[in-house]
Amino acid sequence: MSDENLDKVTGVNTTGHDWDGIKELNNPLPRWWLWTLYACIVWAIGYSIAYPAWPMISGATTGLLGYSTRGEVAKNIAAVEAANADLTNRLAEVELASLADDPELNRFAIQAGASVFRTNCSQCHGSGAAGAVGYPNLLDDDWLWGGDIEAISLTVRHGIRNEIDPDARWSQMPAFDEVLVDDEIASLVAHVQNISGQDHDAALAAAGAELFLENCSACHGEEGMGNKDLGAPNLTDAIWLYGGSADTLEYTIRNARFGIMPPWTPRLSDAQINAVAAYVHQLGGGE
Amino acid sequence: MFNTFKLILLGLIALLAAIAANYGRDLAYQVHAIIIMLVASGTFIYVLRGFDDRPQVDHSGYMDGVIRYGAIATGFWGVVGFLVGTYIAFQLAFPVLNLEFAQPFTNFGRLRPLHTSSVIFAFGGNALIMSSFYIVQRTCGSRLWGGNLAWFVFWGYNLFIVLAATGYVLGSTQSKEYAEPEWYVDIWLTVVWVAFLLVFVGTLFTRKEKHIYVANWFLLSFIVTVAMLHIVNNLSIPVSIFGSKSVQVFSGVQDAMVQWWYGHNAVGFFLTAGFLGMMYYFVPKQAGRPVYSYKLSIIHFWALIFLYIWAGPHHLHYTALPDWATTLGMVFSIILWMPSWGGMINGLMTLQGAWDKLRTDPIIRMMVASLAFYGMSTFEGPMMSIRAVNSLSHYTDWTIGHVHSGALGWNGMITFAALYFLTPRLWGRERMYSVAAINWHFWLATIGIVLYASSMWVSGIMEGLMWREVDAQGFLVNSFADTVAAKHPMYVVRALGGVMYLSGGLIMVWNMWMTIRGGVRVTAPVGVPAE
Repeated sequence: MSDENLDKVTGVNTTGHDWDGIKELNNPLPRWWLWTLYACIVWAIGYSIAYPAWPMISGATTGLLGYSTRGEVAKNIAAVEAANADLTNRLAEVELASLADDPELNRFAIQAGASVFRTNCSQCHGSGAAGAVGYPNLLDDDWLWGGDIEAISLTVRHGIRNEIDPDARWSQMPAFDEVLVDDEIASLVAHVQNISGQDHDAALAAAGAELFLENCSACHGEEGMGNKDLGAPNLTDAIWLYGGSADTLEYTIRNARFGIMPPWTPRLSDAQINAVAAYVHQLGGGE
Repeated sequence: MFNTFKLILLGLIALLAAIAANYGRDLAYQVHAIIIMLVASGTFIYVLRGFDDRPQVDHSGYMDGVIRYGAIATGFWGVVGFLVGTYIAFQLAFPVLNLEFAQPFTNFGRLRPLHTSSVIFAFGGNALIMSSFYIVQRTCGSRLWGGNLAWFVFWGYNLFIVLAATGYVLGSTQSKEYAEPEWYVDIWLTVVWVAFLLVFVGTLFTRKEKHIYVANWFLLSFIVTVAMLHIVNNLSIPVSIFGSKSVQVFSGVQDAMVQWWYGHNAVGFFLTAGFLGMMYYFVPKQAGRPVYSYKLSIIHFWALIFLYIWAGPHHLHYTALPDWATTLGMVFSIILWMPSWGGMINGLMTLQGAWDKLRTDPIIRMMVASLAFYGMSTFEGPMMSIRAVNSLSHYTDWTIGHVHSGALGWNGMITFAALYFLTPRLWGRERMYSVAAINWHFWLATIGIVLYASSMWVSGIMEGLMWREVDAQGFLVNSFADTVAAKHPMYVVRALGGVMYLSGGLIMVWNMWMTIRGGVRVTAPVGVPAE
């Protein structure tokens, strides 16, 4: 190379090219760069021999280690299932009412149930089980369909008002929009506000009491205390599924409500259903 | 003769678009038909008015008008993209910002592709098109080939962006990440892209230099590969010629594989190879130094473009894609580490003998930061492609952080540097209006990226660990909603990082505006104490 191609700052020759004033030094590849590239290639070849990698005519190489992602997951699941097998079998068979008598199994059931709940139930009932509008709070002692552990288990197993499971819990409030006139609905709202201890129009509420006995008491009871066999809510407490304001009550009376819960068989096993029943039961309001 | 043909074609397009608007089956399609009708009739009138005039264009110099438009479009779309990005970052932290009254248009799901497309395709794409037009002319010593074809590329590409962006907000999407636009928008982009290829290759063929400069290798590989990726990944059959919905030709895992072959190489060839082309021109020009190693540029170029195309399956670890395919994607990603770093070494080492400029020249500082972020994310990428790392990182915010340290750091900073380099030259000014503003931009952007990347690392690794956390008996400890709640503080930090990055962008646009208007802000030297 002639001197005209020498870069004085670095003492390295350029290639002699020049594009819009840009030249190129004729430096070699950095050694560390080249050796790291080689090392990566060697590693890649080794890895692709050890693990499934190369496509062949029918199928692909399976790798010397016999690894597969699905196999690995199956192995992990099998290990956990084997470790818990005894407890899981007992949980599937247990008489739920007497679960509390077996502290070891009960503790396992609650742990397992919490996990089942987080994965399957929290989407509607909330990760803390406090519910949301239309989705019951499971922390209080107000139960629509019963709060003893057997009743909870039955609800989880078959669900509520779904078309999938013939044994689903079922009831249907009529929509009173067509049945009662506006004044009557207004007085019913006042009555429900009265029995739930809210501010109300006393004159209207008195008229509503009569209407309540005729139209509502069959399910909600004469006192409005509800009926767990029918999933009819207690109207005298301050706990509301859809809300207790005058507007919401009016909407509910006019249009009725039809909350649905899916059945969890066969998606959940017997042991898992028992577990989640045990978990929900001990949250605070279990009967 | 050519004008007559243009008028017939434009009239026909306007007529067909009017018919399509009439029969359109969905809102996005109707709005698009009206936009196309207006554009075609506007162009019709424009051509008609100039029908008999034959302005003598001076063809002796470089064709820089289209590049000036491109620089302005880059700045404009950049700010739009950063703004939407910052807004959706706040949406994730405060969901009320989804704005109940403006549903469904302001939903996160519709604004998110608006953000990704405006930063990658509108900001990045305009930056690539305008700088490739600049670079290919200078390094070939010849004017852009094809006459007004370059103008068609610019306006056509920006029409594509308008159609894509309005489509997302109006609910038209084929639900493929980074390839959301529907069939007719894809067809239009294909036409524009082929014109882009013709302009670029035509200019290369008419070059006056004997050799083709390295920047042009990268830019050509970017144009060719993106064409291939775009066509294959968008093969679909429209449900109706009068509707925006289409059905993909591939289905199931084949579709997923094609999508991530596309998705990863959009990163590889659009955001890496294309921007390396920019880097290979602007860094040596700004530093006034020769490129460090010609040999390294050859080896890392061929290694990069050979290897990148195989790496896509690492996006599909632990899915229905067979293990052998994901292993191959992973090992090619690892080998890709050094070829990627070749560009960083060549860029940084070009500053040999010019390191002192790091103190005085904020544009050089931006380039160095850009290359540093490039190096960091091209190390992080291969690492995240490792199956075991991916089992923790995949689907978490770590991925978002990784993408943004690359996009904000590498693509953003090198584009800012290129704009600061080009603006005074394109408008014949001595330098940018305010050097202090460049400095402010540099620091706002850098701190913004650091806030963004670090908050997403923390949030991503935390949620990955929370998702997989099991107790001694193998039961999951956290519900999904718990992991979402835990990320809230990091989401706020990320959004603040976005605000800083956006502010930097606004300062740049102001600085460009002032430079274009002319005049240079002079800082009086500080007083020297009397001897």
